[in-house]
Amino acid sequence: MDFGVIKEYLPLYEKAFLLTIKIGWIGILLSLVLGILVAFILFYRIPVLKLIAGAYIELFRNTPLLVQLFFLYFGLPKIGLSISAEWCGALGLGLLGGSYMAEGFRSGLEAIPVSQTESAYSLGMSKGQMFRKVILPQAFSLSIPAIVANVIFLLKETSVFSAISLMDLMFTAKDLIGLYYNTTECLFLLVLFYILMLLPVSIAGSVVEKKARYRMFGV
Amino acid sequence: MGFEVLFKGNNFIRLLGGLGLSLKISLLSVIISIVLGILVGLLMTAKNSYVKLLLRTYLEIVRIMPQMVLLFLVYFGVARAMGVHLSAEVSAVIVFSFWGTAEMADLVRGALTGIPAIQYESSRALGLTMVQTYRYVILPQIVRRMIPLSINLITRMIKTTSLVMMIGIVEVLKVGQQIIEANRKASPNAAFGVFATVLLLYFLACWPISCLARYLEKKWEN
Repeated sequence: MDFGVIKEYLPLYEKAFLLTIKIGWIGILLSLVLGILVAFILFYRIPVLKLIAGAYIELFRNTPLLVQLFFLYFGLPKIGLSISAEWCGALGLGLLGGSYMAEGFRSGLEAIPVSQTESAYSLGMSKGQMFRKVILPQAFSLSIPAIVANVIFLLKETSVFSAISLMDLMFTAKDLIGLYYNTTECLFLLVLFYILMLLPVSIAGSVVEKKARYRMFGV
Repeated sequence: MGFEVLFKGNNFIRLLGGLGLSLKISLLSVIISIVLGILVGLLMTAKNSYVKLLLRTYLEIVRIMPQMVLLFLVYFGVARAMGVHLSAEVSAVIVFSFWGTAEMADLVRGALTGIPAIQYESSRALGLTMVQTYRYVILPQIVRRMIPLSINLITRMIKTTSLVMMIGIVEVLKVGQQIIEANRKASPNAAFGVFATVLLLYFLACWPISCLARYLEKKWEN
């Protein structure tokens, strides 16, 4: 291992790291918004929209992100819809994640007993109040383990961004290996930066999970 | 819209062949993962703290390392570090089995520790022997919990194998790219049709399996 080489490559990896994180988190935010929306459509069985939401979930859960990105990035421009690589990455991740988040939220919503809704109404709450103060906080706490697992899964999936020529960590590593053959150093930095990206999330995730559990059940 | 390319020559057959290769790699990896996963899962319930620490580290590595990074490590790293050349296919099977074993082992561990102690105690109280307890009480419950989850692992494996094109295996996505390149002049819009078809092919491969898993899960829900 040559530390001179590592020092030289570090700025390149840093740039790639920041780009990966930026697109990754935009995608994750998109997936949360989309997931909540789709979960409500499915939970309240809104006609027509419910069918679209169901088809969306099945399609995106049963196809790989790599193929989805290829379709978004190379396929869609052919029918006149051009999206930049950055937005393609975020959108692809958001769409994939949305389908997973929706399932997580829906099981959270389904786990809330009907008596909660009934009690809220009998206390004279409006529909909006019941929603904001009774249903949402509980559904969110119940879905936290699923959300954490999905966030980690989505951050890992960012590694396919290189396929649509985004200069992410994988792209940088592959590029440098191809140019200079410093395979060991390049792979070391690649692993290091992925640990840097995912280990904090993994640790924070288990802390948040425990807190949410404590709030719900007091154990 | 570029779908016509598929009906030219044997293009569609070639696409299916590419998908077949992905399916072959994933099937092989799933079989290895299930066998090794059950063994590792049983080891995880062991009391020995060194074994526990070792397996936890293994699980955590798989949990936070993208499969693509593992693929690069094995395909490029092993060649460099040990001087052996692994073919792309062999690297893919090694990586996906390494990943799948951890996933499977965690499921087995979850299923084993999820059986409440009262089940064992009740069996003892009814006078069942150890073997009878496992044969009639514990194993049937574990199998029912495990089967839908293992089937889900198959679809995840199939989806993950799409990554092998990044280390140069000519699977369905790569074949798609080749078809698009070859017909660049004749049908410039081929990318839409071909990639839509690849998306659909993956969906058709995974969706029935997902449905089966969901059906079994519902059926065996107590």
